[in-house]
Amino acid sequence: MEWETVIGLEVHAQLLTKSKAFSGAATKYGAEPNTQACAVDIALPGVLPVFNREAARMAVRFGLAVGAQINHRSVFARKNYFYPDLPKGYQISQYELPIVTQGNITIEVDGVQKRIGITRAHLEEDAGKSLHEDFHGMTGIDLNRAGTPLLEIVSEPDMRSAKEAVAYLKKLHELVRYLEICDGNMQEGSFRCDANVSVRPKGENKLGTRAELKNINSFRFVEKAIELEVERQIDLIEGGGKVVQETRLYDSDQNITRSMRSKEEAMDYRYFPDPDLPPLVITEDFIRGVEKTLPELPDAKRARFMQVYGLNAYDAGVLTSSREMADYYEQVVRDSKTDPKIAANWITGELAAFLNRDNREIAASPVTVPMMSGLLRRLADNTISGKIAKEVFESMWNGEGDADAVIAKKGLQQITDTGAIEKVIEEIIAKNPKQLEQYRAGKQALFGYFVGQVMKVTQGKANPQQVNELLRKKLGA
Amino acid sequence: MIEKTVAELSAALRRKEISSVELARLFLERIDRYKDLNAFITVDAERTLAQAEASDERLARGANNPLTGIPLAQKDIFCADGWRTTCGSRILSNFVAPYNATTVDKFNQAGVVCLGKTNMDEFAMGSSNETSYYGVVKNPWNPALVPGGSSGGSAAAVAARLAPAATGTDTGGSIRQPAALCNLTGLKPSYGRVSRYGMIAFASSLDQGGLLTRTAEDAALLLNVMAGFDPRDSTSVDEPVPDYTQSLDQDIKGLRIGLPKEYFSQGLNPEVMKVIESAMAEFKKLGAQVVEVTLPNSQLAIPCYYVLAPAEASSNLSRFDGARYGLRAKDYTDLLDMYCKTRAEGFGAEVKRRIMIGTYALSAGYYDAYYLKAQKLRRLIAEDFRKAFEACDVIMGPTSPTTAFRIGEKSDDPVAMYLNDIYTVPTNLAGLPGLSIPAGFDSRDLPVGLQMIGKYFDEARLLNVAHRYQQVTDWHHRIPPGFDE
Repeated sequence: MEWETVIGLEVHAQLLTKSKAFSGAATKYGAEPNTQACAVDIALPGVLPVFNREAARMAVRFGLAVGAQINHRSVFARKNYFYPDLPKGYQISQYELPIVTQGNITIEVDGVQKRIGITRAHLEEDAGKSLHEDFHGMTGIDLNRAGTPLLEIVSEPDMRSAKEAVAYLKKLHELVRYLEICDGNMQEGSFRCDANVSVRPKGENKLGTRAELKNINSFRFVEKAIELEVERQIDLIEGGGKVVQETRLYDSDQNITRSMRSKEEAMDYRYFPDPDLPPLVITEDFIRGVEKTLPELPDAKRARFMQVYGLNAYDAGVLTSSREMADYYEQVVRDSKTDPKIAANWITGELAAFLNRDNREIAASPVTVPMMSGLLRRLADNTISGKIAKEVFESMWNGEGDADAVIAKKGLQQITDTGAIEKVIEEIIAKNPKQLEQYRAGKQALFGYFVGQVMKVTQGKANPQQVNELLRKKLGA
Repeated sequence: MIEKTVAELSAALRRKEISSVELARLFLERIDRYKDLNAFITVDAERTLAQAEASDERLARGANNPLTGIPLAQKDIFCADGWRTTCGSRILSNFVAPYNATTVDKFNQAGVVCLGKTNMDEFAMGSSNETSYYGVVKNPWNPALVPGGSSGGSAAAVAARLAPAATGTDTGGSIRQPAALCNLTGLKPSYGRVSRYGMIAFASSLDQGGLLTRTAEDAALLLNVMAGFDPRDSTSVDEPVPDYTQSLDQDIKGLRIGLPKEYFSQGLNPEVMKVIESAMAEFKKLGAQVVEVTLPNSQLAIPCYYVLAPAEASSNLSRFDGARYGLRAKDYTDLLDMYCKTRAEGFGAEVKRRIMIGTYALSAGYYDAYYLKAQKLRRLIAEDFRKAFEACDVIMGPTSPTTAFRIGEKSDDPVAMYLNDIYTVPTNLAGLPGLSIPAGFDSRDLPVGLQMIGKYFDEARLLNVAHRYQQVTDWHHRIPPGFDE
């Protein structure tokens, strides 16, 4: 039996508004519990919501970026259920008439492009947090997060593998960060993903019963959780069982998915339009205004980088993985006026490695754009060799000054004086008669040995090309 | 002094015939003397007098707001900073509001003095003030009878001269019907005219804050302060507030009064009918014409209201769960148990009934047949009014099908109780302004109210028409026997 996997993803992206969706309280992460929840957020008797239009602006940005339809009129609806982190006993969301519908995102897996549909994106408010540890059998409720605006992005069930799901998520993640509507911090919970997974016999049109996977907070876990779930469902069906529609939690420690109380599925939210809020009206002018502020989107930027800078798809991809890195790169190319491909190598190579090692964002890089540009210029004008440049980079990273300062202080200038190099070569040859004989007898590999010796004596500062040329000449005889 | 209207008290305060503190003391003493009426849930003499003192200082410095120093009773549905605010319920019996409703803020800024929080049907659900956790309120006209509801405490207080005026709220008639049963002028402004911020919600699309006074002039003075756009209430309308006192004396010659034929069919109490007819005669003398209009979907108003209001209430009251404020049950085993016990103990029977009805009307499989259908009917009812207003300027009729009834008479029959609202509910569904004024008495010497319904934001006209009527009649001056000091 050949099985087909069907996956749909729901992403809750916390919007980067300064204040909450329906109140003026701050949304900053990490404050002391219950210090960022005002009367409206804690649902005191008599309070009323007032919509933060910045959230709508961000939703429209998203809608435009995915080629979606922006509804000029959308309606806030109440989703009713009881839970201590939901102070009103209902969540203000959007149900029948969301702000954004019918968009799409193109992903690429193993070189194949595929269009994934986005059914809808709607605005809603986040709930507070329930903290179960540290409270000795009770639960602590922190309402700081209650009321933070979310954009819930729902995909069509267009994905057919865990890989496609991850590709979609990564694309979406990159997009919301590019648009500056969400910081995409999965650990802090500002980008949350639920996966709806089902299987069906290949060729079958009808969808199988799906399970919803929750609590997946990294791309790696998404892939694992989905694969586990697919396996579980196939085993279940092949063993004669039926898949039950339920919510399952991914347990990363035990590497399994566990069922939550399936009573959850019986939830009737009794959605109805919120009578405290008029319909959200977005004019065509507003949409055009937002459109003007859209940044160059990742795909367009990638294509431009490949064309203008002559980069391959991989490098273009890495450089454009964030707007910050793409901007850094372009500024370096502009300032240094050196080969864009070499600049690309340095940024995707050395810089990226150091950023990763020290767990820094590029915005916090000790090697700034001017410093990087300086280094590349010295490389281009042969002041230093590539190998020495790496040493200079590390020194710059450690705060020892810019390229020129480091080169001067450490005397790292390349030796390009032919005479000087020849002298060293002659000395080395004189000191190593045995190797000379072996080389001339045919042991070509010893060339590297001589190069190494020259480099050792010159502390790596001899210009490698000249060393090669002169050594060949001297040894060749 | 207690006989003076707000307008007269304002003049007296300015002429220094009395101070705000003296006035407050006078009413506080009466409130205490007549506490048997049970019109108030919370009285805080210290707070009241402190406010009065501050107002006296403002008066001494030459305050220009005519309401500075005027005592006002506030329905216990308005959150007032530092005041216990119960909404007539056990579940908020220990809730001290940490903020002011916009309405309270506005009155405070004007220098109005809060006399206390008046009794009301629990969460504004009722037409007799018999569902309050804090006990039944007695009608000053006859203590064996109900004062009407849900603003029964406010009505009893003003009728018994325990306060010159009071605020109320009206979702299906809760200002107008008690006004009619207690011989008062009761105003429900257009939906969106008065801010709902801080006014504990019963049914969000129907609730409106308003006034119970003895005269239309007083209502105009107080509405000048109460009305206005509030950015904290997204349903508040940015419509300019006129000076409602300016147009009170306008001539009403040529006014077209529409009488809906559906309101005068079989079943209307003949004594009520007689009062309305006399009132029409007075209006004709003032130069108005009376025309018949039709509101064909009238009989759908009660079923429509009793689906929509409970539906919204079932959601609005979800926040009363014992988690953050208010009553929390003492013994519970887990979260669900806490919710169930808290709400079982905290809510009265009528509130529970409406939450259940509302939850049902919104539930999967029933939403379309009940909630959605009711919303569509609501549109038809509003359309009826729009069409009727093509032929008239003001619609009039009885406020209540009966005069005050006995305490306990209808409390076992919810539907009989709901039918008290047949004339008032349509106005809330349509969002139009409604005013009830005293128009006569029945054979038991009980007051009969005349209701006036205006076009959107036409409160000025309603008050004008009422004022002209009050200039040629004296029903509104009558005092309940035994309460004239």
